[in-house]
Amino acid sequence: MKNKRLPDRRGHFGIYGGRFVPETLMPALIELEQAYRKYRRSREFIAELKSLQRDYIGRPTPLYFARRLTEHIGGARLYLKREDLCHTGAHKINNAVAQALLAKKMGKTRLIAETGAGQHGVATATGAALVGLECEIYMGSEDMRRQALNVFRMKLLGAKVTEVPVGSRTLKDAINEALRDWTTNVRDTHYVLGTVFGPHPYPVMVRDFQSIIGRETKRQILAIEGRLPDCLVACVGGGSNSIGLFYAFLDDEVRMVGVEAGGLGIETGRHAARFAGGSIGVFQGCMSFLLQDDDGNVLGTHSVSAGLDYASVGPEHCYLRDIKRVEYTYATDEEALEAFELLSKTEGIIPALESAHAVAKAIKIASDMSKDSIIIINLSGRGDKDVQEVARIKGEDR
Amino acid sequence: MRIEGVFKRLRQNGRKAFIPYIMAGDPSLTATRRFITELEEAGADLIELGVPFTDPLADGPTIQRAHERALRKGITLKKVLGFVMNIRNKTTIPIILMTYYNPIFKYGVGEFVRDAKRAGVDGLIIPDLIPDEAGGLIASARRQGIDTIFLLAPTSTDERIKRVVKGSTGFIYYVSITGTTGSRLLMDRTMRETLAKIRSSTTKPVAVGFGVSNPEEAKEVSRIADGVIVGSAIVRLIAKGKGVKTFARNLRKAI
Repeated sequence: MKNKRLPDRRGHFGIYGGRFVPETLMPALIELEQAYRKYRRSREFIAELKSLQRDYIGRPTPLYFARRLTEHIGGARLYLKREDLCHTGAHKINNAVAQALLAKKMGKTRLIAETGAGQHGVATATGAALVGLECEIYMGSEDMRRQALNVFRMKLLGAKVTEVPVGSRTLKDAINEALRDWTTNVRDTHYVLGTVFGPHPYPVMVRDFQSIIGRETKRQILAIEGRLPDCLVACVGGGSNSIGLFYAFLDDEVRMVGVEAGGLGIETGRHAARFAGGSIGVFQGCMSFLLQDDDGNVLGTHSVSAGLDYASVGPEHCYLRDIKRVEYTYATDEEALEAFELLSKTEGIIPALESAHAVAKAIKIASDMSKDSIIIINLSGRGDKDVQEVARIKGEDR
Repeated sequence: MRIEGVFKRLRQNGRKAFIPYIMAGDPSLTATRRFITELEEAGADLIELGVPFTDPLADGPTIQRAHERALRKGITLKKVLGFVMNIRNKTTIPIILMTYYNPIFKYGVGEFVRDAKRAGVDGLIIPDLIPDEAGGLIASARRQGIDTIFLLAPTSTDERIKRVVKGSTGFIYYVSITGTTGSRLLMDRTMRETLAKIRSSTTKPVAVGFGVSNPEEAKEVSRIADGVIVGSAIVRLIAKGKGVKTFARNLRKAI
């Protein structure tokens, strides 16, 4: 699989990726790239990260056979990679702790991050507390409303949460503001970007920090079933949990499906399905697929899940789609909400609304497959943060 | 090329360039047309004309709001090109478009440069495009005779200075602070040292922007730069519905 050698030295995955940032940030990106290259080969760094992954994050996370869900669907055997059992409740911590550790080694004194659903904000605030760095999180006002619980969690962890009341007041506006902060405070601050997006080296660095998900999954499924799965399914916002699961399997004969947020349906224009409804563009640091109008302005997005509510997607995903290695599809708000309830009732696991998109698609795929086939779903986060919002949607919040 | 000519002329007379920035279509294209006339009459040497974008990540709050206002008026890159073509029968002042990269990319780099030339645009400033990613655009711009003005910052290393100097024509845009447009100016040692470093590697003119907000600061900056760019302070006056003439005159006098 040629992809293993990507990106190239300037961060390109085919035509995608690269660095589209203000010049002020270039020295910081080069410094980060060099530090990352150095530390990922450093035995001491690797040992330190490994011990944190085990003792702090709680890795390896289980690979769980969802027996009752499988029986309910009556098709392929469904496994859940339990990233929801990571410390702080989502895969985001894999990357945040690693970047916090790296920032500390680089001598930075302050971490900043954007957050949509709040999971990456919580993870970064946690990482900052763990290594002892100052922390500021940018979050759109609309997301702060939807994810009030996570806002309070970040504050408890000692982070300053700064509301971003401009633009669509969601994730993309939080990223703009984080980039502006970084441009201003670049000398002492490290920007903990939460997904496989933005300027090089973030897409490759975050992928590497998340690829532990797939490496563990591979070991686990071989131990349990004695063979590789037939299909992997994960939701795709920026795309870090999906690439984290997929990466170790790219060379194998395993079907892979990335699930975007279909929102209210593609035809309504109110969605975040970049592959179904977007085109190539340059946004927030890299070339990728983008929801944009004919004049190159970025369109507003909609998804019931804040973590998928974003106008662009990681550049490596665009590449994997072009070479037809990964299929990309979408699940609507309604399908995700159904899956959210189904998994809660059949398995006693409340998934994050983001992960519920993967569950929704996986059960559709499973029902068309034979009973001896295997599907692994990346359960990227737990749903506690979404309970209040789902109650509101169902009109059961009073 | 007109921009080079302006700096040459100024240099011969021992003067520095005054480069005001305004957002196209804020509050309307008719007003923009009037502002350009006023700025020219006040002694502006070049006009930096903003093109609105939904996600202007290099801009501070003042210019972000100008982007929003212009977008609400339906201003697009295409319309700005039409506007420039329109005013070309009235003025020959060099016009530099300041636009983010995606609208150009969506337009098509080659087509855009061709249409910009046809419209009478003299130069391009693209704050989220570094020369490393601008190969195609630089090549098209050279062919058409449009200047590509790249940015340098207080954080810029020798290696970055070399690249940016090589990619730039017309002048080099030195961002006076680490931060967004409209931040507070800091005339510190870093600025003097970085400017000196840039000077030692090129004879191309260097203009300073981001954070110059009044005639006093403009005066100080003009002592060490070939040009002074003033954006947010002018955009703020426009947002308040005030004229730009007096302020521009005072800036001109100071520079």
